[in-house]
Amino acid sequence: MLRRVRYELAGRVAFPLLNALSSWQRQLKRRGRKPRANPFGPPLDCVRKLRELMTAHYYVGRYAQGAVPVAWVTSGFPIEPLRALGFHIVYPENHSALCSAQHAAIDLLQAAEQEGFSGDLCSYARIDLGSALTGITPVGRLPRPDLLACCTNICRTVSYWYKNLASHFDVPVVMVDTPFVYGEAEPHHLSYIEEQLGELIEVAERIAGRRIDPERLERTMRAAWEGLVLWGECLQAGKAVPAPWTAIDGFFHMAPIVTLRGSEQCNSYYRMLRDELSDRVTRGIGGIKEERHRLLWDNLPIWHKLRKLSTLFAERGFNFVVATYTNAWAEAADLIDPAKPLESSAKAYTYVILNRDLEHRLASLKQLAQEYRADGAVLHSNRSCKPYSIGQVDLRSRLAQDLELRVLLLEADHSDPRLYTDEQIDNRIQAFLESFS
Amino acid sequence: MSTATAIGVDVGSTTFKAVICDGTGRILDHLIEPTRPQMEQQAREGIALLVERLGCDPALPISATGYGRKRIPSARQLTEITCHALGAFHLTGRPGLLVDMGGQDTKVVRFGSRGEVLDFAMNDKCAAGTGRFLEVILHRLCVPLTSVAELASKAERPVTVSSTCTVFAESEVVSLVAQGEPVEGIVFGLHRALASRVAALVAPLAVKEPLLMSGGVALNQAMVRALEHALGNRIAVLPRPQLVGALGAALAVRNSQ
Ligand code: SF4
Repeated sequence: MLRRVRYELAGRVAFPLLNALSSWQRQLKRRGRKPRANPFGPPLDCVRKLRELMTAHYYVGRYAQGAVPVAWVTSGFPIEPLRALGFHIVYPENHSALCSAQHAAIDLLQAAEQEGFSGDLCSYARIDLGSALTGITPVGRLPRPDLLACCTNICRTVSYWYKNLASHFDVPVVMVDTPFVYGEAEPHHLSYIEEQLGELIEVAERIAGRRIDPERLERTMRAAWEGLVLWGECLQAGKAVPAPWTAIDGFFHMAPIVTLRGSEQCNSYYRMLRDELSDRVTRGIGGIKEERHRLLWDNLPIWHKLRKLSTLFAERGFNFVVATYTNAWAEAADLIDPAKPLESSAKAYTYVILNRDLEHRLASLKQLAQEYRADGAVLHSNRSCKPYSIGQVDLRSRLAQDLELRVLLLEADHSDPRLYTDEQIDNRIQAFLESFS
Repeated sequence: MSTATAIGVDVGSTTFKAVICDGTGRILDHLIEPTRPQMEQQAREGIALLVERLGCDPALPISATGYGRKRIPSARQLTEITCHALGAFHLTGRPGLLVDMGGQDTKVVRFGSRGEVLDFAMNDKCAAGTGRFLEVILHRLCVPLTSVAELASKAERPVTVSSTCTVFAESEVVSLVAQGEPVEGIVFGLHRALASRVAALVAPLAVKEPLLMSGGVALNQAMVRALEHALGNRIAVLPRPQLVGALGAALAVRNSQ
């Protein structure tokens, strides 16, 4: 009971106070300092709100253990039943990205490798396992899980990763297995997934110590659906010329749709962001100062080099206006029917980009390139993420042939900085940019 | 006074190249020497030498390419990809696919009817597929670079070298020698192994355009033949293949004027 009160107070009282204090400190620091010259447009006002939202999420998480049930889940997990049961939800992938973006990944990667995890394993998994083993995290503390929940709609790595977490924390793990979709999903695949969602609810109810309220599940589902629609609207603002933001901004602003999906906080944030973006479109404000070329990004971002990379492109008038990765969280909206939460979840969570064949990937790349009027594409061949990177050589040729796009294949890793070679990558990027002149 | 109009410098990881061209893109004089750690000084001295030899204007515009280009701040800087495409196009006058094999990297560049880059691929993270791979292993076999082509042509059959990693290939070669395999067969096999790596880089880009080759490794006939075998296609080695990048750099100056 006491822990529950502390958890609630952390979000409602302590965090707002701390946040007010730290934003006042930031303002003092900034006073008198000249903004550094850069090739970007004016920063989005929403950035401050985003920072608040995500910091609050991690801050409140520190007090979740013992107060509410805690689940650690994969990014593509159908979390709506968990949210409806009052779970605090932690996304290890988001946490790993944060570690990498804050340049705190190397020690954690090495900790996992010293424990015997292969360097070929996805760096999200290694960072997370390293953090679980050492307890080190830049967010202060992650709540211990009561339940681990993974879904194979993004990759198979997650099943082994979560089994390892389960034995480390000695808690149950549920896996939702989503057969790979070639063309269209078979009806028996969908019923197989729906059954597993039923089993998930049984386990989650046991841990939460209460039965799921169908109305609350439907409300959560509706909120998740609305969030996806709103996120899609934000992304579509990028179709304007100049695009009011960059897909690199999008990589940061997608955090709420991943981690807070199904909550009102998430949706009110995206309403604000959508309105700000549409206002920028009306006023002709671009994400970069001079947009001369528009690019598409494929695969996960390179979290540890985002600023450097985006500056390199923006300085020469290249703006990433669309990314398959951010788009993945908007695609599912049409498949969700809040009145049929489990049935429609089964389909929505199966039809995700990494669980679909190469034909679909190609069609979706082409459609995005055309809708967003991209004249080039950068395909990040991501050492960690095999399912996303496999087939990129063929995708590259097809995009070049069919749409006459200039395409660069960039070899790196989304969160292991040791797999990034500055000189060579700079050289390739420069050659790619020179080819536009 | 000569008719020199531009200087192009290619500061590669292994060799430093500089050319002086006239307004038609003809090379009036050139320089090839091992790259020194003091690249800026090397470029200054090299350029001064060429200018003096030709007695031309010391204030000629300069363009630099290669990994060390950033160390020459007074020059216009362009990547090797763009410069090789410009150089190769100037020499052939039509679109093509160029394989440039240098000491530390191999580049494949497809260029169009204006010498513009259409596509490219690079092997620059790993020594397998570069001149360095050959150098290390030939050194182990005590075979001087000058006699490689002759030796390989004497082989009855290539000995299979399966490792593509330079470190592993080196120990594989040592054990092949210990097993009594003939050195010429091993040298032949090494070229085949290297060519198949490079062919994998070429294949996704290959179209109908003629295949061209440049870079120091293009002087090695055994390598050219092995690559022709791997690609099933004839390859034309560009004249003075080591200078194509520097030439392209000089042409870029001309194009920008
Ligand atoms: S392998 Fe790819 S899909 Fe799987 S966890 Fe890593 S980044 Fe995500």
